[in-house]
Amino acid sequence: MAGHSDQPRTLFDKIWDDHVVRTDEHGTALLYIDRQLVHEVTSPQAFEGLRLAGRKPRRPEANLAVPDHNVPTSDRHLGIVDPISRLQVETLEANCREFGIQLFDMGDPRQGIVHVIGPEQGLTHPGMTVVCGDSHTSTHGAFGALAFGVGTSEVEHVLATQCLLQRKPKSMLVSVEGELGPGVTAKDIVLAIIGEIGTAGGTGHVIEYAGDAIHALSMEGRMTVCNMSIEAGARAGLVGIDEHTIDYLRDRPRSPTGAEFERAAEYWRSLNSDPGADYDRVVRIDAASIRPQVTWGTSPEMVVPVDGAVPDPAEVADPVKATSYGHALTYMGLTPRTPIAEIAIDKVFIGSCTNGRIEDLRAAAAVAKGKQVAPSVKLAMVVPGSGLVKQQAEAEGLDRVFLDAGFEWREPGCSMCLAMNADRLEPGERCAATSNRNFEGRQGQGGRTHLVSPAMAAAAAVAGHFVDVRELEQ
Amino acid sequence: MRPFERFRGVVMPLDRANVDTDAIIPKQFLKSIHRTGFGPNLFDEWRYLDHGEPGQDCANRPLNPDFVLNDPRYANAEILLTRRNFGCGSSREHAPWALADHGFRVLLAPSFADIFHQNAIKNGLLPIVLDEAVIDSLFARAGGEQPLQIDVDLEAQQLRPSVGEPIAFPIDAFHRHCLINGLDDIGLTLQHAPEIAAYEQRRREQAPWLFASAVSA
Ligand code: SF4
Repeated sequence: MAGHSDQPRTLFDKIWDDHVVRTDEHGTALLYIDRQLVHEVTSPQAFEGLRLAGRKPRRPEANLAVPDHNVPTSDRHLGIVDPISRLQVETLEANCREFGIQLFDMGDPRQGIVHVIGPEQGLTHPGMTVVCGDSHTSTHGAFGALAFGVGTSEVEHVLATQCLLQRKPKSMLVSVEGELGPGVTAKDIVLAIIGEIGTAGGTGHVIEYAGDAIHALSMEGRMTVCNMSIEAGARAGLVGIDEHTIDYLRDRPRSPTGAEFERAAEYWRSLNSDPGADYDRVVRIDAASIRPQVTWGTSPEMVVPVDGAVPDPAEVADPVKATSYGHALTYMGLTPRTPIAEIAIDKVFIGSCTNGRIEDLRAAAAVAKGKQVAPSVKLAMVVPGSGLVKQQAEAEGLDRVFLDAGFEWREPGCSMCLAMNADRLEPGERCAATSNRNFEGRQGQGGRTHLVSPAMAAAAAVAGHFVDVRELEQ
Repeated sequence: MRPFERFRGVVMPLDRANVDTDAIIPKQFLKSIHRTGFGPNLFDEWRYLDHGEPGQDCANRPLNPDFVLNDPRYANAEILLTRRNFGCGSSREHAPWALADHGFRVLLAPSFADIFHQNAIKNGLLPIVLDEAVIDSLFARAGGEQPLQIDVDLEAQQLRPSVGEPIAFPIDAFHRHCLINGLDDIGLTLQHAPEIAAYEQRRREQAPWLFASAVSA
């Protein structure tokens, strides 16, 4: 905790200042990292690097590892059928044993998507620096932590030194003001923000989300918003600390306890942005103007409200943009000006680190309850974000709601968010997905992804095409 | 890391914006536990007409004749010219590994995604940010019968194209220093181990809960 200057500082400034070990003559900071989460896909080469150099993790206890990307979401007793996926998961297990890192293995009830289990376990605290070899590490910013994705070389760097070499990013304030309309969720907020600023809008910046609409969100909702900061191009996204944050952390397995919790909470409350603190860029959005969002293209910025239509590239002035719109429409098999509500879907995926938490499953179940998945929909699957989310959902009877409506109820993991396991789209199939990326081939080669909120995905499953959830609720 | 030396290379134009890391190296190849061997699967879905899986012999796969990487003019290209926000999406370092393994050494674009940019530098790939107008003019020169060549001089921070005026480019001083000297970041950081230990000591007094041991029941 460096000396406080008199200048008003942002939350990001305070976390940054508290973690600078030294600054070199080029202005590059050596930044201390409090927590690293590790998964099977981006870590094998990092451990290999340590081994080759004869290095050891500096603080093994600052890390937690979990397999999530490759794990099957159907019957786990069979193990992983694909030998290459199996080797990767086994490599993670062997590395954790060798280097003394705690691992939640595939059979552990706490296993799940790395960004779901971190907060669930109380591993992410306000004011921390958190990294993971995964771009959606920004999720953890919901707790007022500075959390960002890194590459494999940096995973190795953090293992070996507990630090990273970084230049301080710029700061951006996105303030969502007023109240959200009914049926409009955290997912719609963040898609609307990306629609507004673009997928490179946040490049080089850390976004602080503020405004009454953000603080009215649950911690789950804030995680959804921060999760997709990377889709806005930002290095990280974070939300100031309030009593929701502190209540969520109480009694988590890895939170401080007793008097130490109170001492920590006092520090956490001191971290919020000072009045008058300066941001490099400020964006204000009127919450009431946000409608449920649906992406139509192959980049998250290609998004429109559900009562809108697919755009016409001929009406786009910027030639680079018009070309990418054209590419996207061809790939997506869509005609300009088609109303979103007329787009029929083949599959539905509810899950991922964006929307695989208990609140998301509740929202989807509320729509699916007592209804049936449309006969034209080949597969509608619900994949909880973690084993504990699954247990909680089952305790609330949500699994029955989904199964009775004709959804599949799966084991936790990344699943069809990136289709590294057996869950994927076939060429040409169209999917309503609650995940975060609609890139070409993301959910399977030739697959067509439309990003939506959990309630919108469930509604699309029932109708067989996109529908406006706000109409269902009347 | 190998020091980055001045060279002259062929430019391959990839006229697309927002090229994401899923497109650079599709996920099925991320199952590898190695750092090398990704080159034949660079841009796999655009490059081949069939579906690629790890472990396949790519030499026998049907090539997409319309994809620029398969154009014989660019067979030995070492410089990739592309559009804005290159490398967006997933943090996979497999993307720069694949680009480098294929033989690319320099990337030219109006902007790069942050994590990709960091990962590229760590692997000795030089990402150069140029004005949109400069990129446009390079595209105009790069598609001809004779491929455009550029002499890349990192020391002088200058590009000298075979056609047209030299172009100065900006680069972070620390990145330039690391690339030119082929420095290993971890080795550099470990020189500061006493400062890291002193920081930990200080921090442990102020926020002891950050140093709690991992093991819970
Ligand atoms: S759920 Fe999707 S986005 Fe999230 S960590 Fe897994 S693969 Fe990445």
